Amino acid sequence: MTAEKYPTKAQLAKKCSWKEIPMGGVITRAASALDNKTGSWRAFRPVIEEAKCINCSFCVTNCPDNAVPFKDGKRGKIDLEYCKGCGICASVCPVKCIKMEEETKFKK
Amino acid sequence: MMAEAKHKVVSLTGNYAIAEAMRQINPDVVAAYPITPQSAIVEKFSGFVNNGLVDTEMVRVESEHSAMSACVGASMAGIRTMTATCSAGLALMWEIVGVASGLRCPIVMPIANRAISAPINIHCDHSDSMGARDLGWIQIYNETAQEAYENVFLALRLAEHPKVQLPVMVCEDGFITSHCVQNVKIFDDAVMKKFIGTRKPEFALLDLKNPITVGAIELQDYYFETKRQQQEAMENVPAAYLEIGKELSKITGSDYGFFQEYKTNDADAIILTMSSATGTARSVVDKMRAKGKKVGLIKLRLFRPFPYEAVAKALEGKKIVGVLDRSMSFGAHSPLFGEIRNAVYGMKDKPALQSYVFGLGGRDLLESHVEQVFEELLAGKTNDEIKYLGLREVSQ
Repeated sequence: MTAEKYPTKAQLAKKCSWKEIPMGGVITRAASALDNKTGSWRAFRPVIEEAKCINCSFCVTNCPDNAVPFKDGKRGKIDLEYCKGCGICASVCPVKCIKMEEETKFKK
Repeated sequence: MMAEAKHKVVSLTGNYAIAEAMRQINPDVVAAYPITPQSAIVEKFSGFVNNGLVDTEMVRVESEHSAMSACVGASMAGIRTMTATCSAGLALMWEIVGVASGLRCPIVMPIANRAISAPINIHCDHSDSMGARDLGWIQIYNETAQEAYENVFLALRLAEHPKVQLPVMVCEDGFITSHCVQNVKIFDDAVMKKFIGTRKPEFALLDLKNPITVGAIELQDYYFETKRQQQEAMENVPAAYLEIGKELSKITGSDYGFFQEYKTNDADAIILTMSSATGTARSVVDKMRAKGKKVGLIKLRLFRPFPYEAVAKALEGKKIVGVLDRSMSFGAHSPLFGEIRNAVYGMKDKPALQSYVFGLGGRDLLESHVEQVFEELLAGKTNDEIKYLGLREVSQ
């Protein structure tokens, strides 16, 4: 089995026929979930009060979409292209520095 | 009859014969949950595991839904996987039965056909597997323990055939076949091992050099295309079935047609059966032939995919055919009868057809019932209604 045997991302996006796609809906390319920008699903946006944050990384490890980066011992900015607004980060934050605010507030 | 390979004749129930086939196959994973009358298959097989006769990973699950789920995971890992079930067990695993065919898992699942509740009933009819006939599994129905034993091997090769890659149900009649002892030819372990070879999966979760995702969502954009592939795989089954059957026949000497014809050449009336009822019907054919009555029999083995073309060829020019169903599709034609009607549609010289239902919940099909069917057919009596065999219309 080689990956080349199957349609590329670009080909798939153009809608392949049933004769070309891998059987059983198998995905032959790693990390294809990155193609799906789940940030568009968000109804609530996590807003962080930076001064209160203790860099514990709870939000980083608990985020189901890997949308909270962590580098050199420090939490980064939440990636809103992928954050679905589930609120788990706010729920697990031990110092309650994350608030979920209605997305409509930011869309003006 | 062709030459047979080395074998021993053993007295076995249908269930034990199937367990023997599983021992010889030595699947990588078996995940199963016991349900009457299938239980003895898994019970016997777990004994083989315990005694080190196989090195199968036996997964003792808490339900049939979990059994099929574990099987799907194992199969997608790229390894040989088997289970067995029937009736309520098949009903409980329903969701994952469709997943197995949708993900193209070549799982082989013996079924000891049993009625579907309610009323609760542990005895034979085909309402369990017939209810699952549109879930994308290949279905092979077996008359005897011998046939069931041999077809487990055929099913495994068929399931794993590169142009097929679909799961298979190997059906035997609950209690009638599953629990009655028959003489079964068990072929040499090494010969059967060579016949089944090794699985060469197109995709495998354990193939770390080629990572894949299975079971991902497909919506309006690709679901339809994936389902069309399943139809293609089913359409590839008949040729693969005959090709593998030919090879197996060199070992067993048996024939592996889609169906078996018995004294049909000059027959004025033919009945069509599946599974164990065939034995009773064959005996009646012999008795009526001795009295000079031209009657014949067709036993269908492959129900999914349905061999329309071959059945049509066998029935073309015949006068009258009675179709015996051991299940019903309430409010519609019974499953086998409906398919036979489909098969003869468009035929120039098509036979008259009559639908009969018998044996629900394990009620016996007697020789007198079959004789009654033949007499009715010979008298040309057909109508569009279902006729019931062995059903009380008035109190006894």
